[in-house]
Amino acid sequence: MKKTGIVFLLLILAFLLVWPFIGPEYQVYLTLSFFAYSVALLGFNLLFNYTGLLSFGHALFIGVGGYTAAFLTSRFHIPYMEVSILVTILLSGVVAILIGLICVRYIKIYFAMLTLAFGMLFHSFLMKTYHLTGGDEGMSVEQPYLLGMDFSSMDQMAFFSGPYYYYSLGVLILASIAMWRIVHSPFGLCLTSIRDNPDKAEYLGIGIRKYRLLAFIISGCFTGVGGVLLAPITGHMDPGMVFWTHSGDMVFMTLVGGFSNFFGPMLGTVIFITLRDVISSYIEYWRLIFGALLAAIVILSPGGVIEVLTNLFTLIRRKIMAGENAS
Amino acid sequence: MILEAINISKYYGEFCALKDVSIGIDEGEFVSVIGPNGAGKTTLINVLTGFLKPDAGQVNFRGKDIAGKGPEELSTMGIARSFQLVHIFPELSLINTIKVAIISRQAKGMRLFASLARDKEVHEQALEVAELFGLADLLEETAKNCPQGIKKLLDVASAFALHPEIILLDEPTSGVSTSDKNKIMQVLVDASKKIGIKTVLQVEHDMDIVFSYSDRIIAMQQGKVLADGSPAEVEKNEEVICTVVGQKECFQTFNRIMSMNREERA
Repeated sequence: MKKTGIVFLLLILAFLLVWPFIGPEYQVYLTLSFFAYSVALLGFNLLFNYTGLLSFGHALFIGVGGYTAAFLTSRFHIPYMEVSILVTILLSGVVAILIGLICVRYIKIYFAMLTLAFGMLFHSFLMKTYHLTGGDEGMSVEQPYLLGMDFSSMDQMAFFSGPYYYYSLGVLILASIAMWRIVHSPFGLCLTSIRDNPDKAEYLGIGIRKYRLLAFIISGCFTGVGGVLLAPITGHMDPGMVFWTHSGDMVFMTLVGGFSNFFGPMLGTVIFITLRDVISSYIEYWRLIFGALLAAIVILSPGGVIEVLTNLFTLIRRKIMAGENAS
Repeated sequence: MILEAINISKYYGEFCALKDVSIGIDEGEFVSVIGPNGAGKTTLINVLTGFLKPDAGQVNFRGKDIAGKGPEELSTMGIARSFQLVHIFPELSLINTIKVAIISRQAKGMRLFASLARDKEVHEQALEVAELFGLADLLEETAKNCPQGIKKLLDVASAFALHPEIILLDEPTSGVSTSDKNKIMQVLVDASKKIGIKTVLQVEHDMDIVFSYSDRIIAMQQGKVLADGSPAEVEKNEEVICTVVGQKECFQTFNRIMSMNREERA
């Protein structure tokens, strides 16, 4: 990563660290969704950008994470967040293996439709197993213990803007480092080679199904962890969390932010969460505005908003350098 | 015999692309497959490299039947190929394209958290291959932005980076200007020697290149082997030359041009 990029990231990190102290309580609360979706999209984009597979059913893994947290906290009374995360990684991995073994045999629209189908199957399962999952009423998620510490004596908003905020930020940082290493590893290079030309990759000895399956499993685990982080914020899990429109929201965030940049989907979550909050407070049909925005982005800047910002930054830097040279 | 096809047949619907073809390649040979369009040359390469499953017959690599085995398995066994139409990774840089092959050869592909940038062994080996193919000045160039000749070399270089026991090249000089063809062939031959690839099977249309570099020539027509012999033997075979060049009166002209080319090189 370039020096300017590192400086920029450190500035954002510094801002996020002080944000609970300077930001309005409600905005800080919204930032928690940004952390959760960012972790989820790290996984989604490993599949979409680096492997070339568009999943239209990734909300399934948000559901795996969210319902795991719900079951553990409210049904089994195991409030430890770390346990929820570990169990989610395990369950997401198992679910991803089962689904992935079928899905990764296909690519393009067939892969997208299969993942969509499995997502909707899971949705139906959650709806129909009322005695287990609460059906359409869902399940409540209790406030979790963080690093073994009980914060139940705290006011809920104080918990979210304090311990839970920094915990989620920590998970996002760790997940980002892990994913950064994965995409810059030999495995990551092999994935991009499969995305670019699977026939050629296979002739170079890369077992494309094996790699796609592993990418699917890792992707599912990351998205599952995002679901665990999201669960306490909503305080409630219902089948709507795994409905295909939620998977569509994840695709939207990734495309708007910029899928070809590692940090693009994170920017997409900021745009999505902020706009949804602002627009939905004025009009009911916020998805209409989102549709128009997505169309504009795809037509005008396929690289997403991050591409626009990067180009703008490069332009400004060039002008400054040209000015310095002239003087 | 390193690679052997025994009575292989391949049909595309009703059309017979290969009919009872039997050929053998010895270790250390440079063999060229020639023939007019539709003779079955590329189908033969595709069957030998696992891209297509033969409808009948057997393909042996070092005595083991490999018919129907996929490209990945054949690659790990020591068989590599390049394509008639260039196969590259459009978004990857040249150095990373070569690194994919080296990672695969060294079985490092499943290293999830290892830093690729810090793997000196992979980087140095990729540099060596890039230098052998004259690509060292373009290492960070994105493959899709390179000229056709460079893409062709990159396709072949990545296959060479696997250090295979045998390499099958499907028209390695197609789409390259006539003046560059000999240069590319010389690069391929030199790289084979340095890397230690002893056996090469190529499909080629340029007769000058075929007769200059081959130890043996296999001529094909309509899915069958028409002739199999040394360049000197094939050169004298009027039926083969007329079939490949396309006109009967070309036989003498062909021989005259070939002898002129030989004198020129001498």
